[in-house]
Amino acid sequence: MSSEAPQTKKFQKGERTITPASQKASKYYPAEDEPQLRKTRKTQHPYKPRASLKPGAVLILLAGRFRGKRVVLLKVGQQGTLIVTGPFKVNGVPLRRVNARYVIATKTSVSLDGLDNSTLDKVSGESYFTRDKKADKKGSEESFFKQASGEKPAKKEVASERAEDQKKVDKALLAAIKKEPELYAYLGSSFSLRKGDRPHEMVF
Amino acid sequence: MPEGQQGHRLYVKGKHLSYQRSKHVTNPGTSLIKIEGVDDPKAASFYLGKRIAYVYRGKKEIRGTKIRVIWGKVTRTHGNSGVVRAQFRHNLPSKSFGAMVRIMLYPSAI
Repeated sequence: MSSEAPQTKKFQKGERTITPASQKASKYYPAEDEPQLRKTRKTQHPYKPRASLKPGAVLILLAGRFRGKRVVLLKVGQQGTLIVTGPFKVNGVPLRRVNARYVIATKTSVSLDGLDNSTLDKVSGESYFTRDKKADKKGSEESFFKQASGEKPAKKEVASERAEDQKKVDKALLAAIKKEPELYAYLGSSFSLRKGDRPHEMVF
Repeated sequence: MPEGQQGHRLYVKGKHLSYQRSKHVTNPGTSLIKIEGVDDPKAASFYLGKRIAYVYRGKKEIRGTKIRVIWGKVTRTHGNSGVVRAQFRHNLPSKSFGAMVRIMLYPSAI
């Protein structure tokens, strides 16, 4: 039985340690260079928002249901999602997540002093905006037959919790907006291009 | 538009001029677009990367509408008079030469 540990053997006068063949250095150089793994030079960078996207800034939404509306930026989330509110009372835009690429930031801003930060943290949490799949029965057999028999699907109601969060967040904002002259009307108006308008020359 | 009435347009109008081409050979993979109000490459550079929609009407309804879209994006400027090159998911038909395309304001960098 050959053990892998080096053995010491006695010869006539001296002693020698003998390493087993498997551990000995190879007699030959490898004919081909051993492949070396490439070092990854890429690193993951955290998302860095544009300089113009400061909380409190007034944004213009460019796409989606609320396109053209002016809204207030509340928080910059990870990966380019922005938490935004109309405020709801001013222009009908609720608390919403928006992609930063679908937004123009303006020079106008609203002070966010006295904002309900605990609610905002809740809203910007991961699962706040995810759809409740059980409640959403569209596409199920049951709803199909109901529809066929002329029954209309129940109208979606805004969760009262959402409505409350909306009020909590908007409260401080509305006070700040009313202080500044014309800001209320500005947020209520929507942005659009007219004949001869050149967005590349505009200062937003 | 009269005072007090608001428009809804959130795109800039552009015109599909032609394909990128040489004297004899056309390259339908790249289209040339003249954007309204843009007269030099510097101004055109604002629109680089912006999405373009060619909106047209088809004969048959698809998913409940006769309106169809071919999407594309501005790839680079072309020449010295503010024309841009654009590439579309499906090449624009040559019948659209002279037709209006919509240059959207997104993806935004402002």
